[in-house]
Amino acid sequence: MTKQVVTANRLDDGLAVFYKADDSWHNSIDQASQVDAGPEAEALLAQASDERNQLCVVGPYLIDIDKEGAHATPVRYREMIRTLGPSVRPDLGYQAK
Amino acid sequence: MYKYDDYDQQLVDERVEQFREQVNRRLSGELSEEEFRPLRLMNGVYLQLHAYMLRVAIPYGTISTAQMRQFAYIARTYDKGYGHFTTRQNIQFNWPKLVDIPDILKDLSKVQMHAIQTSGNCIRNTTADQYAGASFDELEDPRPWCEIIRQWSTMHPEFTYLPRKFKMAVTGSPSDRAAVAIHDIGLRIRRDDQGDLGFEVMVGGGLGRTPMIGKTICEFLPKEDLLSYLEAILRVYNQFGRRDNKYKARIKILVHEIGAETFADLVEKEWVHIRDSALQLPQSEIDAIQAHFTPPPFEVLPSLSSVFADKVATDQAFAYWVKNNVREHKQQGYAIANISLKPVGGIPGDISHTQMDALADLADQYSFGEIRSTHEQNLVLAHVKRDDLYALWQKLDAYDLATPNSGLITDLIACPGLDYCALANSRSIPLAQRISNRFGELDRQHDIGKIQIKISGCINACTHHHVGHIGILGVDKKGQEFYQITLGGRADEHAKIGKIVGAGFSTDEVVDAVETLIDTYLNLRENKEETFLDAFNRVGEQPFKEALYDAR
Repeated sequence: MTKQVVTANRLDDGLAVFYKADDSWHNSIDQASQVDAGPEAEALLAQASDERNQLCVVGPYLIDIDKEGAHATPVRYREMIRTLGPSVRPDLGYQAK
Repeated sequence: MYKYDDYDQQLVDERVEQFREQVNRRLSGELSEEEFRPLRLMNGVYLQLHAYMLRVAIPYGTISTAQMRQFAYIARTYDKGYGHFTTRQNIQFNWPKLVDIPDILKDLSKVQMHAIQTSGNCIRNTTADQYAGASFDELEDPRPWCEIIRQWSTMHPEFTYLPRKFKMAVTGSPSDRAAVAIHDIGLRIRRDDQGDLGFEVMVGGGLGRTPMIGKTICEFLPKEDLLSYLEAILRVYNQFGRRDNKYKARIKILVHEIGAETFADLVEKEWVHIRDSALQLPQSEIDAIQAHFTPPPFEVLPSLSSVFADKVATDQAFAYWVKNNVREHKQQGYAIANISLKPVGGIPGDISHTQMDALADLADQYSFGEIRSTHEQNLVLAHVKRDDLYALWQKLDAYDLATPNSGLITDLIACPGLDYCALANSRSIPLAQRISNRFGELDRQHDIGKIQIKISGCINACTHHHVGHIGILGVDKKGQEFYQITLGGRADEHAKIGKIVGAGFSTDEVVDAVETLIDTYLNLRENKEETFLDAFNRVGEQPFKEALYDAR
């Protein structure tokens, strides 16, 4: 079963963030809740998109990830770049920290 | 350059405060994202992959040194120390926080800048020849006309919700450096048979999914009729342009579907009603705007500069920069200096805050306090004394701004692509860097000669890849980046859409493919003077196609 996490951009600063089921948003995808694609993922997305979260983030959506466990890796390269920062500027974004 | 009057300043200041309120209402929950999104876009605020992006309008690519210093200030205060010049002569900041953007806009308003209409389905910043007022072949400076268009189109109530975005460009020279034929409206200043100056009007140019070259619907438009005629075009588009399908909503589709002649007839019919209205430009108004663009106080200088000639003869690195980056100026003793933002292996169009500040100082010292941005993601000091070129070059070099590659293969154009852009399918910048590194050696660049490579990371074609001599389009093929090559395009006065040469290339293959194209050209050219494009036009695509695909 494909695993998914919920991602969005934080409203105030626009940074890419990842959702944990305790209703918190994190800069690292590793802290996101990993759920099975399908009803479980849809339920998590609905929770992440509720009225209160609309004040925290913009445009939550589900992404496929490759691995379970400590290090989640997005399947799509686009999402990989969002978890790291621009590939041409390793000094910027999350990868710089 | 144009200076805001009280009305302009008030308008921009009020808009900043209006946006501040809108941001506050979004943060408090009073506005939903759905409600807020069109408002932020109208103020140039996009949401990209990593952060918000703010696109600031640079009207017709003319920047004062105070404005350039303000860009530097914004880059280091609110962003990550750099900005990015775009293919529409604008500048983008890649990391501003939404909560800071009202303050950024306030800081911009202090130097008469804003981000209004840099997004949305409205009339965008009008672009122009970067050599305006300096080029020896110019009939007239296009910038006063751009400014007139800016004033007419800013917050024009009828054209705020067009079917789709709308872009205009103006050139005052027969040599088209503003790519007017690929704009929704392209204006070319020309003479009629009486010797009077007016405009050739082209409509329906554009790239993206359906690339088209603009069609001339008016061979000669008297100057005083400019705004009424433009208004007539926009009205016809606003009425008949498609709103049901965003991919068919640009004016080029309308002009193509009904035909340029029918479109021109509709414009004529509309124009009859408004030609003699308040839109007719009084000469006094034209004069008042043109007064903002009077030539700077040039000195009377000899045509030959012994200082300059001596340095060219004795300093090879300087001589190369002069050969590649310096262009003839209409004023004797002066020259146009192109400042490359394409260091070999660098990120096209990016500039650091220290470089911005340095360039502002150099423009104050050597070019009447004015800088131009180009649609090729470079900058220009338009009025430099030939005697000063050597000192200027030395100082540019100290800030890594003296790359001698203007018009050469490493002067390539690339969009932010998947490294930043939410719309992109593939990365553009790393490919630009790899091509730049592959061909970076200057002797090799000189051997290859003039050529334009344009790389877009998606079909929206922000870099105008269809009109690159070599155009490269990044696509997503089953999760992998793939690159499709077009050949033979051009954006100048002989504008033409390039042809897709064949199947695309993987990330690993594409730089070799470009090298194959270049080697094929070098082998078949008749002499060193025959450019890549000339050779391609002589022999056609077949030899290039064979070289690319026969060995596969």
